[in-house]
Amino acid sequence: MTTATPAPVGEGTFATVKRGLALSPELRPGLGGTIALAIVQMLGKVAVPIAVQQGIDHGIRAAGGPDLGFVGQVVALTLVVLAISTAAGYLMTRRLFTVSETALGALRSRTFRHIHDLSMLHQQSERRGSMVSRVTSDVDQISQFLQFGGVQLLLSSGQLLVSTLVMLFYSWQLTIVVLLAFGPAVAVIRLFQKRLAAVYKAVRERTGVMLGAVAESVVGAMVIRAYGVAGRTEKRLDTSIESLRVAQQRALRTSVTSFSSGELGAGLALAAVVVIGTLLGVGGHLTVGELTAFLFLVTLFIQPVQIATDMLNEAQNAVAGWRRVLDVLDLLPDVADPEDEGVALPPGPLSVRFRDVSFRYPGGPIVLADVDLTLDARKKYAVVGETGSGKTTFAKLLTRLMDPVAGEVLLSGTPLPSVRFSSLRSRVVMVPQDGFLFDATIAENIRFAEPSLTDEQLAIAFEELGLSDWLAGLAAGLETPVGERGEALSVGERQLVALVRAYVADPDLLVLDEATSAVDPATEVRLQRALDLVTRGRTTVAIAHRLSTAQAADEVIVVDAGRVVQRGPHATLVAEEDSIYAKLYASWLEQTRSH
Amino acid sequence: MLGRGLRVLGQAIRDEPRLFTVGVVGSSLFGLLIIANSYVVGGVVGHVVVPAFASRRAETGTLALVAVLFLGISVLRVASIFGRRLGAGFMQFRLQARYRRAVTRRYLSLPPSWHQTHATGTLLSNANSDVEAAFVPIAPLPFAVGTIVMVFAAVLALFLTDWVLALVGVALFPALFGLNVIYSRYMSPRQIRAQQMRAKVSAVAHESFDGALVVKTMGREEDESRRFAVFVTELRDALISVGRLRGLFDPVMDSLPSVGTLAVLLLGAWRLQTGAISVAELVTVSFLFTVLAFPVRAIGWVVAELPRSVAGWDRVQAVISSTGDLHYGTKNLEKSGESATLAFEHVDFAYGDGPLVLNDVTFTVPAGKTVALVGPTGSGKSTIASLAIRLVDPADGKITIDGEELPSLTEASLARTAALVPQIPFVFDDTVRGNVTLERDGVGEEEAWRALRLAQADRFIEKLPEGLDTAVGERGTSLSGGQRQRITLARALAGRPRLLVLDDATSAVDPRVEAAILGSLRGREAGASILVVAYRRATIALADEVIYLEQGKVVATGTHADLLAGNQGYVDLVTAYEKAEQERVEA
Repeated sequence: MTTATPAPVGEGTFATVKRGLALSPELRPGLGGTIALAIVQMLGKVAVPIAVQQGIDHGIRAAGGPDLGFVGQVVALTLVVLAISTAAGYLMTRRLFTVSETALGALRSRTFRHIHDLSMLHQQSERRGSMVSRVTSDVDQISQFLQFGGVQLLLSSGQLLVSTLVMLFYSWQLTIVVLLAFGPAVAVIRLFQKRLAAVYKAVRERTGVMLGAVAESVVGAMVIRAYGVAGRTEKRLDTSIESLRVAQQRALRTSVTSFSSGELGAGLALAAVVVIGTLLGVGGHLTVGELTAFLFLVTLFIQPVQIATDMLNEAQNAVAGWRRVLDVLDLLPDVADPEDEGVALPPGPLSVRFRDVSFRYPGGPIVLADVDLTLDARKKYAVVGETGSGKTTFAKLLTRLMDPVAGEVLLSGTPLPSVRFSSLRSRVVMVPQDGFLFDATIAENIRFAEPSLTDEQLAIAFEELGLSDWLAGLAAGLETPVGERGEALSVGERQLVALVRAYVADPDLLVLDEATSAVDPATEVRLQRALDLVTRGRTTVAIAHRLSTAQAADEVIVVDAGRVVQRGPHATLVAEEDSIYAKLYASWLEQTRSH
Repeated sequence: MLGRGLRVLGQAIRDEPRLFTVGVVGSSLFGLLIIANSYVVGGVVGHVVVPAFASRRAETGTLALVAVLFLGISVLRVASIFGRRLGAGFMQFRLQARYRRAVTRRYLSLPPSWHQTHATGTLLSNANSDVEAAFVPIAPLPFAVGTIVMVFAAVLALFLTDWVLALVGVALFPALFGLNVIYSRYMSPRQIRAQQMRAKVSAVAHESFDGALVVKTMGREEDESRRFAVFVTELRDALISVGRLRGLFDPVMDSLPSVGTLAVLLLGAWRLQTGAISVAELVTVSFLFTVLAFPVRAIGWVVAELPRSVAGWDRVQAVISSTGDLHYGTKNLEKSGESATLAFEHVDFAYGDGPLVLNDVTFTVPAGKTVALVGPTGSGKSTIASLAIRLVDPADGKITIDGEELPSLTEASLARTAALVPQIPFVFDDTVRGNVTLERDGVGEEEAWRALRLAQADRFIEKLPEGLDTAVGERGTSLSGGQRQRITLARALAGRPRLLVLDDATSAVDPRVEAAILGSLRGREAGASILVVAYRRATIALADEVIYLEQGKVVATGTHADLLAGNQGYVDLVTAYEKAEQERVEA
């Protein structure tokens, strides 16, 4: 069922950048202009050594003694060039930031949306933290690279090229000498690239481990305290922090070693240029000014080599980040919205049809097998069965959180995959067991389902569900903040809010997946009764652990080991002797009665 | 801001004086070598190249010496780079590690009430990005200090060469420095804003992905994307505004040294004409300006990062200096194998400044007895459960185990004596074994299996591919809710507590199993007193006594039968299902 395009294995840097540019077309416009500005900026740097050469050869050492006027002209001209180059630098950086941040902002938003569009199974197969980094730190790395490393790399290559050309202009012999002197350094740097990639990867991985350990010490603070096992957690934290430090140091050592080879190359080049340049000068092939300019040019040549060495590491991190973002974007949502090609659900109450539906999780055993049933519109159904019997899977297929591996699910005769999500999600609502709440007030959490509701309408909703007393007992009523993940409320209270949220969405098919498992029996019964009153005309499917729900339903569907084994009204099913439902009910009675 | 930033740097230097020294020595050496190199270049041009070109003769010995000189400087420079970069880097990494340890130590020792008022995301970034931000300026710090040494040496050298050219340096270097300071002053608010927006974007993404299922089932993807896009746009604008300032500053910073070189050329020509300097000196000085430009920026890097550093440091310090620790006593309870007595006496409790959620609660769980806590949703049952094992302390009143007030006990003794199984099972990203034993003393494989059998988790564990050594994944995602509950139950049982607190922790366990678990604990062999939060009548019926709560007050205490006979609220609660059925039948 996973239809994701597999990421090309061992994809090269250029392939990733190409893929990235294709997915961020916003990066393209004006790219040529930006590069042109960068080149102009770079030319300013080359102008200074040329000015020094001209100034020395034709001004200071002019035939008739130092010619101040000529030097002045050279300096003035160079200043103009410098001013133009500075202005070009400003325009270039401005453009670059505006274009890249705009493009990357769009990339963040697109990736965020894409992650929400992925199926529930895809979402759950990723760690929460790593999904978050797809829209935060991974994109930051790309931006860092585009704005600093990328430009530096581009400018450096340009500077390398231009200074080589200018060097060639002054003396091709010395140019060859410089290139030869750098040969060994370039070889060493290339050799180190692989090792650098490996050590930086280790840093990233250990950062992940360290963050995981920290997260556990925070999220599990209560359990750690309750069992007095802070020592164990502390040991883990220390180990992960320490091993990250060791990896960081190793990476730095490797990087500095690689960098130093460039430094040695520079020393070698300078020495060679002076020695061979002097010999050439003695032979009359070079002037003093030219040799001096050459010494400057060698520095101009060295700088980019060293910068490029550092930037290549950064580039690799950035490309890795970019690849991670692209891989998420390339993941095709396997439970996709047909959007405009889809249809809306027919108006009115919804009926349900499961036609020979089977399901298994990727790589797992069958959890639901050949389920074939029809649920009538306007009726109340309860789905019961032991833990792990496939009840929740049933609910997820019904609401199209997942698609079956075989068979099909239809709502009022319309196959689910052909229904537009805008129609499906407004007509079919599921309340999961873990009633996740956002870190906001109760009112805001309920308006999540229907933003236009006024406070009065919210109060009425609570009233209708018989929850006004509970609401009144809260310090700030509707304005009570629920805390992160709703944790300022008790588990049962969170479920109450989640239920009201689904209720105000006013769906035609309401699916409750153990939505009141932590609520006290009296409140649960009251809620059920309230829902009954207001759900006339609505189809309700309740997955329930407590059989009180089943008793109140029009019909009960009993699931066992992935198959529907019984269905019918409570009274009928109980009467079927030795049936699974009869046993479940006996056990339920034992839990709730007698004594 | 500058002053506070320097104080952070001062603390960092005091924490790692040796590595700092290594970095500064390396960096100073590096700077002096740059100056030396310029003089060597100038000297070589003046004293070797010019005469050789003039005489059309080159002496091999002199040239060899020149080569050795350049190579020697180069080798020394490599050594100085190692010193500078490794000194600075290692110092930064050690500081990060040191403060990460300090922060996480606090996380472990601060009480749950503190954790409840601090968002998970914030605590994660305190230990990660805030620690990182605090020490960002450390990486260029030794370089910057070395640069200051170098600049002074350079100006001194310039004066020794020619005072007019030295004046160019005297004008240029402070200008570069001043520009950096101005830059960081304008930049820091923009960067702080960008950082805040980054945090916001991250928080929104985190929450939204956390609630992905709700977003999906309610079809709110579009709205969530819009909510996210608002922050993304703000972040984008903040970053663009950072970029514009950079765009203005960077090219100017790049060009200034070039202007210096040109000034030297112009003034040098004049000084040369008057005979004050030689060609060699002119070359030296202009070379010096070219190579000095880059290191001077290191000072700018340090200054520019100071505001971020201070912000990070403040947040780190806020954690380290947080108070409100639960202080433990020195008393130890005997590990006698006999069950413990728990008593609440006039206990009040409120979360923060909120209203009282428990009001004058008094009850006892006598040794070896089982007491059920019953009450409507939100009546304070879970709060009592966390008070009983001292996750929090009461606002008023006292709680004792075997007559000892909880605050007088050591942490280890308390953890050995009492165990809580919370309502929402929490499993660590570890193996099943790690989750059950928690590497506690005396909890080995045998004990783990005994507990798993008791919790009826043994069968599904045996079926797992690697049995006890199967990793359960982040928050136990590879397990079902019922399985997670059984593992946490086994975790509690494995420690053979003398007081077991079950907070609605057996809802996914078959009642017969629950009865077996509670029954086995009643026996002499593994004696434990039990406080159980329950709705099921089967569970309640196992209890020797029932405490009925409403809105944080004990409304009634007695046996199940007593309460059924005497308290309407209780009757309504526990017989709700029966009544509902009756009404249906009648209807």
